[in-house]
Amino acid sequence: MGTVRMREALRDAMAEEMRSDENVFVMGEDVGVFQGAFKVTEGLLDEFGEKRVRDTPISENSIVGVGVGAAMGGLRPVVEIMTVNFALLAMDMIVNHAAAIPYMFGGQVRVPMVVRMPGGGGHQLGPTHSHSLEAMFVQIPGLLVACPSTPADGKGLLKTAIRDDNPVIFIEHESLYGARGEVPDDPDRVLEFGDAAIRREGSDVTIVGILRMVETAEQAAKTLAAEHGVEAEVIDPRTLRPLDLDTILDSVRKTNRAVIVEEGWPHGGVGANLAALIQEQAFDHLDAPVQRVTGADVPMPYSKRLEQAAIPHAEHIVSAALASLEGAR
Amino acid sequence: MATPRTTSESKQASVDGATAKLKLPDKDTSRELLRTMATIRRFEEEAGRQYQKAKAGGFLHLAIGEEATIVGTTSVMRPDDYLIGTYRTHGHAIARGVDPKRVMAELFGRVDGTSGGRGGSMHIFDLEHRFMGGYGIVGGTLPLAAGLALSSDYKGEDTVTVCMFGDGASNTGNFGETMNLSALWKLPVVFLVENNLYGMGTSLERHSAVTDLSKKAEGYGVPGVRVDGMDVLAVREVVAEHIRLAREEHKPTLVEAFTYRYRGHSAADPEVYREKAEVEEWQQKDPVETFATRLIEEGVMSPDEVEEIREEAERTVMEAVEFADASPEPELDSLYDHLYVVGEQVPGWYAVDERSPDTHPGESERDAGRRAQELAERGAAYAGPGAPGRHEEEGQSDPEIPPGGRE
Repeated sequence: MGTVRMREALRDAMAEEMRSDENVFVMGEDVGVFQGAFKVTEGLLDEFGEKRVRDTPISENSIVGVGVGAAMGGLRPVVEIMTVNFALLAMDMIVNHAAAIPYMFGGQVRVPMVVRMPGGGGHQLGPTHSHSLEAMFVQIPGLLVACPSTPADGKGLLKTAIRDDNPVIFIEHESLYGARGEVPDDPDRVLEFGDAAIRREGSDVTIVGILRMVETAEQAAKTLAAEHGVEAEVIDPRTLRPLDLDTILDSVRKTNRAVIVEEGWPHGGVGANLAALIQEQAFDHLDAPVQRVTGADVPMPYSKRLEQAAIPHAEHIVSAALASLEGAR
Repeated sequence: MATPRTTSESKQASVDGATAKLKLPDKDTSRELLRTMATIRRFEEEAGRQYQKAKAGGFLHLAIGEEATIVGTTSVMRPDDYLIGTYRTHGHAIARGVDPKRVMAELFGRVDGTSGGRGGSMHIFDLEHRFMGGYGIVGGTLPLAAGLALSSDYKGEDTVTVCMFGDGASNTGNFGETMNLSALWKLPVVFLVENNLYGMGTSLERHSAVTDLSKKAEGYGVPGVRVDGMDVLAVREVVAEHIRLAREEHKPTLVEAFTYRYRGHSAADPEVYREKAEVEEWQQKDPVETFATRLIEEGVMSPDEVEEIREEAERTVMEAVEFADASPEPELDSLYDHLYVVGEQVPGWYAVDERSPDTHPGESERDAGRRAQELAERGAAYAGPGAPGRHEEEGQSDPEIPPGGRE
C-alpha cells in the first residue's frame, strides 16, 4: 500500500495492463512526447514506445473511430480525449458506432475500448473545457460509464475497464488528478463495476455524490454532524452504468431521505435519473422529496467568482439535507 | 481533370476515359466475375420487389449499376483482408462470400439474417468473411477502416483493409481526419470512393468543389487514381495494384471508381434531380451486360453458358427469398441480447437494473416480451417510412415500381 496521486494511479493502471496484455495500447492528443495534457500518461512512452503510446493529430472523431476499428480488429485501445467537452466531437463514434456495433451486428463483434476524459470545473477554463457530461453518456445503451473519486478507485476501475469487452466511458475529474490516496500495490487488484462505496455511514439522510462531489459531500456530512446533529450516509456509486442501485436503495430505506449531488446540469442529469429510480422503487420509504444539488444551469463561466457560484459546495448540500429533514426533528 | 465539370461532362470523361480493353482473365475467373455480378444484380432487383411487398422495411438502397466496382474490388482481395462499406452493401457482402440467403433474411429482419434482424439493409455484417459492416452514417466508416488497418499493422499481419464509401462521404470531416492519420501512420488501407455522381439527390458538382475526387486526399498525403467503375477488369487491375501498395509498401491510397446507380438513392427517391436520358446513357455501358457480351464475343463462354449463369443467379436469389420468408421473426425476449457482454447475467441487466423487474419495460425475460410488444405496436403507429401498411397500399397500385422510382 502506497500513497499516490490520482494521475499516478491511473497511469499505473494503464502501465500494468499494458505489461500483462500486449494488445493494450494508448492513443490520444499529446499522450506521448508531451506526457499527457494532465500528465496522466507520464512515462508510458519511455516504457512502451511509439507503437503502443501513440500521439494523434487533433481529430477527435477519427481518434475514437480508429479505436473502434482497432477494437473490432482485436486490440484493446485506451483512447484519451483531452477534456470531456472535446468528446462531443466524437459523439458519432461513441454513440452511433462504439455503442451500437455489438448490438446491430448481432453480437458478432465486440468493441473493447476505453475512452478516458477529464471533466469538471474549478480551474477557470470557461465554457468549453469545464463541463460535466456524465448524464449524456449514461443515457446511451451499449456504453459502460465509470467516474472514480479516489486514486484507489481510479486504478481499480480503469484496470477493469481495460479488461472489459464493452466500450467504457471513463470520466475523470481535473481537480482530482492531484488528490492523494492509499492505493494497494497488488497488480491483480481490480474493482468490479456496479459496486457502490459507502464513504460514511449514517442513519439520518443518504447523500449520493460522484467524482469531486463525493469529497464535497463528505465535508457536508461532517458539518451536518458537528453543527446539526445529523448523521449522513455518503454513497459513491463509482460507476453509473452499471449502477449499484441496491446499495443506494438500502440506504434510503434506512434513512428515508436522499440528496443527490453532481457538478453536471440539472435537467436530465444524473440526479434526475437517480431521483426517478429512487421514487419508483423506494417511494414508500421516502419521508421527504428527493433533493438534488447540481451545477448551475449555465455554460461554465470563466470569472472565478461566477464559476464558484456555478459549482455545488458543501453548504448547498447541508441546506439540501436539512430541507429533506424539515419537520422531522 | 481538376477543373469542376458538370455532371454530363463528368459522365463523358468516364465514358471516354476507358482505357484500351484489358485482357480477359482465365475462363474460371471470368465466369466467377460474371456469376457474382449477375447474382448481385438479380439480388438487388428482387430486394426491390420484396420491399414493395413490405417483406423488407426501413430504407432500401440498391447498388444496381455498381456491380463492377464491387466485384472488381472484392475479386482481388484475400479472404483475410477486411472490407468495410456503406448502407448500400448487400452486394459487397455477397461478393465477399456471405450467403445471399442470410443477407435477404437480414433485409426481412429475421433471426437467420447476418445480424439476426438487428441491423437491417443498412447494417449487413459478417465476421467470418471479414465483411466488417455496412453502416448508416455517411463517412463514419473511414476511421473504423483506419482502426482495422492499425490492428493488422500492430499485430504484424499483412492483411489489408479496403474501405468503400460514396462521393458524398468525401465531404465529411472524417475524410480529412482519416486520410491524414492513415498517411501519417502508414496504414495498410485502400480507400475506394464509389463515385456514382450523387450524394443522395445532390450532384457531384453541386456538393464538392473539387470534382476530381481522386485528387481530393492528395493534400493529406494520400495519392489517388481514377478508374472506370463500370469495367470490372479495369477495377480489378487498379485495385489489385493499390492493395499491393498497402500490403507491401504500407502506402494508403485513394481509388476513385466512376460508377452509377440506376435506381434512386433509396427506394423512396422520386429522382427529380436527374434526367431519365442520363440513366439510359449509363445503362448503355452496363457492367454485367458488357462483360457478358465480351465473354461471348471472345469465345470464352457460349451464349448458353451465360444463360446458365443467369438462371443460376435467379435460382440463388429465389432460394434466398424462400429462406428469408421461412426464417422466424426474432423472439421478443431477445430484445436485449448482444447489447453488452454480461456473462451469465440477465439480458438487459445494464439497461436499467436487474432488480426492478416489474418497474421497467423489458427488464426481465418474463416481462420483456409483453412490454416490448406493446412498445413495438405503439412505435409502428408513429413510423413514417417502412411502417407496415404503407408498402402494401402503395404496392398494390404497381408492385414492380419502387415508390417514386421511374425506371
